[in-house]
Amino acid sequence: MLRVRDLKTYFVTEHGRGTARAVDEVSFDLYPGETLGIVGESGCGKTVTSLSILRLVPEPPGHILPGSLIEFEGRNLLALPAPELRAVRGNQIAMIFQEPMTSLNPVFTVGDQIGEAAIIHQHLSRKAARARAIEMLKLVGIADPEERVDDYPHQLSGGMRQRVMIAMALVCHPKVLIADEPTTALDVTIQAQILELLDRLQQELGMAVLLITHDLGLVAGHADRVVVMYAGRVVETAETTELFDRPTHPYTEGLLAAVPRIDAPLARLHAIPGQVPAATAWPAGCRFHPRCPYAWDKCIAQEPPLLETGVTGHAARCWLVTEPERRQAKR
Amino acid sequence: MSAPRPAGQPLVEVRDLVKHYAAERGWFGLGRPRPPVRAVDGVSFAIGGGSTLGLVGESGSGKTTVGRTMLRLQEATSGRVFFEGSDVFALDSGRLRALRRRMQIVFQDPYSSLNPRMTVGETLREPLKIHHLSGEVSSLLEEVGLDPAFAKRYPHELSGGQRQRVGIARALSVEPRFVVCDEPVSALDVSVQAQVLNLLADLQSRRRLTYLFIAHDLAVVRHIADTVAVMYLGKIVERAPAAEIYALPRHPYTRALLSAVPEPDPRATKRRIVLSGDIPSPAHPPPGCPFHPRCPHPKKSERCRTEVPPLREVPPQSGHLAACHYAEQPM
Ligand SMILES: Nc1ncnc2c1ncn2[C@@H]1O[C@H](COP(=O)(O)OP(=O)(O)OP(=O)(O)O)[C@@H](O)[C@H]1O
Ligand SMILES: Nc1ncnc2c1ncn2[C@@H]1O[C@H](COP(=O)(O)OP(=O)(O)OP(=O)(O)O)[C@@H](O)[C@H]1O
Ligand SMILES: [Mg+2]
Ligand SMILES: [Mg+2]
Repeated sequence: MLRVRDLKTYFVTEHGRGTARAVDEVSFDLYPGETLGIVGESGCGKTVTSLSILRLVPEPPGHILPGSLIEFEGRNLLALPAPELRAVRGNQIAMIFQEPMTSLNPVFTVGDQIGEAAIIHQHLSRKAARARAIEMLKLVGIADPEERVDDYPHQLSGGMRQRVMIAMALVCHPKVLIADEPTTALDVTIQAQILELLDRLQQELGMAVLLITHDLGLVAGHADRVVVMYAGRVVETAETTELFDRPTHPYTEGLLAAVPRIDAPLARLHAIPGQVPAATAWPAGCRFHPRCPYAWDKCIAQEPPLLETGVTGHAARCWLVTEPERRQAKR
Repeated sequence: MSAPRPAGQPLVEVRDLVKHYAAERGWFGLGRPRPPVRAVDGVSFAIGGGSTLGLVGESGSGKTTVGRTMLRLQEATSGRVFFEGSDVFALDSGRLRALRRRMQIVFQDPYSSLNPRMTVGETLREPLKIHHLSGEVSSLLEEVGLDPAFAKRYPHELSGGQRQRVGIARALSVEPRFVVCDEPVSALDVSVQAQVLNLLADLQSRRRLTYLFIAHDLAVVRHIADTVAVMYLGKIVERAPAAEIYALPRHPYTRALLSAVPEPDPRATKRRIVLSGDIPSPAHPPPGCPFHPRCPHPKKSERCRTEVPPLREVPPQSGHLAACHYAEQPM
């Protein structure tokens, strides 16, 4: 349904500090009705990837490089004229943004903002749009929807704003939903309710979901497949159970080890040593090598491609796939 | 600086805190009259110097409001807050300013709390200047796991998690005694999250910092909190030492929350307590127990519908408080 190939989105940073290669040759497919999880270190390019799909990256300083392809129902979104793109955006492909306050307009009521998409794309009357907004607020679990519909964003709690964003994204029953950290501000019971709603829409409407999250519990429970990103690159991809059973890239391994668990004995949390480098200066060779416990000379000299591990659909950008015995030799 | 206080003696105390938001009646007072939102409705707790109170609960239950009113970023409707023995709500503006340095907050929404026209370096330098402190921007950035090169960037050039860490660095820069952390790690991937949680724990033991740690992720709270308080509809419904509350939750809402934590294991088959019924509203709290309309407790009775359960000690552990008529009964 959605095909992303060799997506490169770079930012020219101010004062000549170089080019930030935020997203660098990212490829993946999204099939109807499925949930694809995208996980990865903070700053690795998840949000920029999703903004690029809808061409919402601010240009300048950002630009999507020629040679990138984003295909939706057979059309390259990157080449679509603006009016046609607008008809896709918010209607067929909708997005839940990571930080609600950056995308909610402080001077309009939440009802106006939810109803707007329904007025533009589905030509509802003002009155019908308001009724629709109330219905959506109710669906996302907001109490007193008839009253809350007239609230301004600042009158809502963090989690309520997030749910308003979700309501806005779902109002037109999109075919593809890009959900960027959609439940970070929600307690687990409401989170469960929202995810059930998404699951239902997926079953009823065949909606496909791109679920960007750092919560591996969410990925485990809701994603069919997972893409792991690091430093602007896809470093591993696999079906969900396969990824949890056999994490292959050392970054994925570190990520799984860092999850705080509710049932394990308390100990200091495992963190991957070091920091993600700035997007203006990715390390040469494998971009993870300065933090990798297994790295050897080859990793510094040459960046590995995505290598098939042998299990269908499982690939990792790591030389360990070709030299598995090195896994024993941890630094 | 005051002398170090003996362990166990509260550094911060909140007594019967109430915050009601009067309903805004829309532009020019038109629109339907609405009852006030009872965002915080009689909350009391104390936090010992050098320890952490984890505040969890339903989205919209008043957690952020508690944090903000404690620091007088918002005026409370009634109640009192003591910090190192002084009555915070009675301070004049001069003494309040002095106090502000020692009580800091990490805001829930990092984007709207950073000045978009200031670079990260300027944002971090400003409070140091105001309070005549020496401190280095680069070491502050490193402490929160950011490359010092980020000092030259503007907030819109950062990812969500990077912005969140700038907010943490700013709060810690002025060497506070007490920090309200409002969802400080919700936008961070697990590895950076582990780094930040470890950092908060290290600072706590090094500087005897005291935290009010607001979060919805119960596994995270378990790692950092000594005591946990659970809020529902403006009230604390359960409060206990952390180990206690996870081992033997007493309030049905806490039990439902714990059962709904997603597990980072695609094969997990946990029995989740599903809450049904309408989510109640702080503008129209139900009579009796605020949780009764959604309560799955098998012993639920007429009493729950009419009589407000007090927050009371539930044996056998002293210091375990729950507001449920049937807290002793199994579920
Ligand atoms: N306007 C911009 N100018 C320069 N660099 C930018 C800009 N926007 C984003 N970046 C950089 O691009 C990289 C990727 O950012 P992105 O927001 O996609 O990260 P992310 O994976 O979504 O992280 P998080 O989990 O923290 O939200 C980051 O290093 C960020 O600093
Ligand atoms: N400025 C305001 N004006 C009117 N109502 C407000 C205002 N700020 C908060 N509220 C209301 O107060 C209640 C509590 O909000 P608060 O932000 O404290 O919740 P919270 O527990 O932090 O929730 P979340 O987990 O979603 O962040 C909500 O019903 C909210 O709508
Ligand atoms: Mg992001
Ligand atoms: Mg909040």
